[in-house]
Amino acid sequence: MTSTLDDSEKEKARSVSVDLNNDASLLIDIPDALCERDKVKFTVHTKTTLSSFQKPDFSVPRQHEDFIWLHDTLVETEDYAGLIIPPAPPKPDFESPREKMHKLGEGEATMTKEEYTKMKQELEAEYLAVFKKTVQVHEVFLQRLSSHPILSKDRNFQIFLEYDQDLSVRRKNAKETFGSFFKNMVKSADEVIISGIKEVDDFFEQEKTFLLDYSSKIKDSTARAEKMTRSHKNVADDYIHISATLNSLSVDDNTALKKHLEKFADLFEKLRKVEGRVASDEELKLTELLRYYMLDIQAAKDLLYRRARALADYENSNKALDKARLKSKDITQAEEHQQQCLQKFDKLSESGKRELTSFKGRRVVAFRKNLIEMAELEIKHAKNNMALLQGCIELLKSN
Amino acid sequence: MAASSPRNPPPLRGAENQDPLSEMADEDSDEGEDIFVGNSNPVAESFQPDTANGEEPADLFSEEETSTAVNSSITTFKSNGVHSDNENDLFAEVSVELSMENPSTTAKTSGAEFTPSLTLSATQPRSMEQLEEEKDEDSFDMDVAVTNPEKIGDGMNAYMAYKVSTRTTLPMFRNRTFSVWRRFSDFLGLYEKLSVKHSLNGCIIPPPPEKSVVGMTKVKVGKEDSSSADFVERRRAALERYLQRVVCHPSLLQDPDVREFLERDELPRAVGTHTLSGAGFLKMINRASDAVSKMTIKISYSDAWFDNKLQEVESEDLQLRKLHAVVDSLVNHRKELCGNTAVFAKSMAMLGNSEDNTALSRALSQLAEVEDKMETLHQEQAASDFFILAELLADYIRLLGAVRGCFEQRMKTWQRWQEAQSTLQKKREVEAKLLWANKPDKLQQAKEEITEWEGKVTQYERDFDRISVTVRKEFLRFEKEKSKDFKSQIVKYLESLLQSQQRLVMFWEAFLPEAKAIA
Repeated sequence: MTSTLDDSEKEKARSVSVDLNNDASLLIDIPDALCERDKVKFTVHTKTTLSSFQKPDFSVPRQHEDFIWLHDTLVETEDYAGLIIPPAPPKPDFESPREKMHKLGEGEATMTKEEYTKMKQELEAEYLAVFKKTVQVHEVFLQRLSSHPILSKDRNFQIFLEYDQDLSVRRKNAKETFGSFFKNMVKSADEVIISGIKEVDDFFEQEKTFLLDYSSKIKDSTARAEKMTRSHKNVADDYIHISATLNSLSVDDNTALKKHLEKFADLFEKLRKVEGRVASDEELKLTELLRYYMLDIQAAKDLLYRRARALADYENSNKALDKARLKSKDITQAEEHQQQCLQKFDKLSESGKRELTSFKGRRVVAFRKNLIEMAELEIKHAKNNMALLQGCIELLKSN
Repeated sequence: MAASSPRNPPPLRGAENQDPLSEMADEDSDEGEDIFVGNSNPVAESFQPDTANGEEPADLFSEEETSTAVNSSITTFKSNGVHSDNENDLFAEVSVELSMENPSTTAKTSGAEFTPSLTLSATQPRSMEQLEEEKDEDSFDMDVAVTNPEKIGDGMNAYMAYKVSTRTTLPMFRNRTFSVWRRFSDFLGLYEKLSVKHSLNGCIIPPPPEKSVVGMTKVKVGKEDSSSADFVERRRAALERYLQRVVCHPSLLQDPDVREFLERDELPRAVGTHTLSGAGFLKMINRASDAVSKMTIKISYSDAWFDNKLQEVESEDLQLRKLHAVVDSLVNHRKELCGNTAVFAKSMAMLGNSEDNTALSRALSQLAEVEDKMETLHQEQAASDFFILAELLADYIRLLGAVRGCFEQRMKTWQRWQEAQSTLQKKREVEAKLLWANKPDKLQQAKEEITEWEGKVTQYERDFDRISVTVRKEFLRFEKEKSKDFKSQIVKYLESLLQSQQRLVMFWEAFLPEAKAIA
């Protein structure tokens, strides 16, 4: 199933990160995607005025794994140690609608044809929503890169955009899996390091405290928000069943009640559409926002880890230098090493400060936009509901 | 209204602003105590809102269940957002609408209250439907309410006592307003008595709510949690609806047992109800009616009417059960949503505390508060779902069982007539044989028996005709009542949904400037 997102939809969809894709020199978007079974094939479209590219306008097909590969290579690039690498897009997850579809198939015998059709439509809509969401997060990932002054020039990024053959997708083979496992282990050791390290800079001290705390809180909030929006969907689904059963009741009824039941059934059908929108808007503006920034904050934390490691390295090099001086052996070497460490640490600190400050700004702007939009949507849907309800009440009373 | 209040329909607007009733003397003495300030003669219409009224006392008992608080509760109940300070009328809403002189009719605020289906303002002409009803039911003026559940006694011998208050202008009652205390077994006892007397006539006798060992045990052992408060409230509301249906029924109202139930101070303890609850009785009926419906009975064309109706009833029963199950699922999902929202709100509050940008921190805390309010909304909505919709469906599932019982009674009567006819036939054959065998002494006896059975056949045929008429009449009445009931409850439910959405809009509109203030 393909999906072509028109511009207005994309405008609405792209909410978590603001002010992207504004620089005409490099414009990236995912105009459509194909879904076969589990695999989603994205069409990555680039429009550029930069001479570093071979053509000004071109598209390539890419899979989710290609994005992961790009992300990982960026993370592993030493030069970018001082940057917040945009978080990798999450894997497309069609588990929930697929499971529901399966259950629906099993329960088909117990419902009327209309009910079944409506549920199926609802599920297809859900499927489509997941699909759109995954396209959006992949797109945002690329756009974050393209708007970053340094990352946009990355060679691998260019390959990703341009290389029109199938990227020899460096799926995580055994070695790399082990490598990443090892990396994760080192990272947890890092957590200990950075919490224990004596911070020399006030700014970073504050950032560290803030990010560590915020990170765990936002993780929690994301999980809770997800549960909440899922409950909301369940309520909307129940409305479908109620509407269908009311319809069956009204069909058999021959009294004055028949009309009332019909109206009631019709109302529930309309209400559930609104409730469905409420649930999905909530998910997009709230849950997705939280989820995105949870990942982003993780990336910011990674930056802190790298810097803390550099600091630790620097302090170790100092100790090594002292030892060398004592022993009067390999002093030049030790001095050189110490200088390198210091340079690296300074570079990381400087770039890190820049990145973290802009991150803060970005986060506040995104939250503001999404919270406003969510509030406005809630109001809009509720007013919609009110109009529907009032209409039905009047109809029923006037009868 | 704290999140811990028991589930019940949303409180009525303006309920908080009422002056408490001055001392309401307990119970049965009517001297000086004016629970009901009788207004000008409300007409038949006063019935319909009963079921709507039934929900209202619910709110009060969410707040407090002690008799002292009753005073304010009763007052708040009756006003229903209509700010009338001087009427301490339990049924004010009912009479308010119908009385032309009552100024409070116009003071009704819109949208937010439980308004019975027939809302007449002082200026509105009566609709055709209402006029028709005035003709059918001559000046019924009867309102009952079940309120103030109180736990009497302790431990396993404890029970809940309910106050049954009546207001009437019917001459057969000693007073115009009065109340008595009854316990659940009394209600069951009443049902039993009525069944014994009237079900043979083909009357549709409203079934009482079911017994619940689990629910009552919790109450008995004094578990003061929201689920036992819920249970008590649910039972109270169901008992009220039950009584309202009983007094609504023109024949049952005439029954002295009903009068005694409403009026008499001390009722002899109903025995045997521990074995025979409404549900048990209905089960008996259902089993029997299943057996009967398997017999093919086609006597006259009018039977097609009964056959059709029985089939309708059965398919309706199926659908109602299905609907009830779905509404149940809705209630549960909403409760789940409620819980998840509460947890999310707390999490959001923590996040807000953590946030270092001041304006964003404030906004997140405000968001947490909004979600907290949403939790309350969801909770109230779940209560509406349950008390208005689910209980309505449960009531009618039980009522349909009683209707089936009626049809089954008619069938039994028909059977009896048929059997008498065949017995008569046999007796005639015996007589013929005796004539031929020439045994004059036995002949006399045979002739006597024939006369006897001819009498019985005539009697039973008459019984059958009579019960057919009654069942038909009862059924039509039932359908009419059902239409009204459903319509009024649906409207009530929709109004609660509407109120919910209105508050939702308020909450989010209050939040919006906070979000916009983020910088």
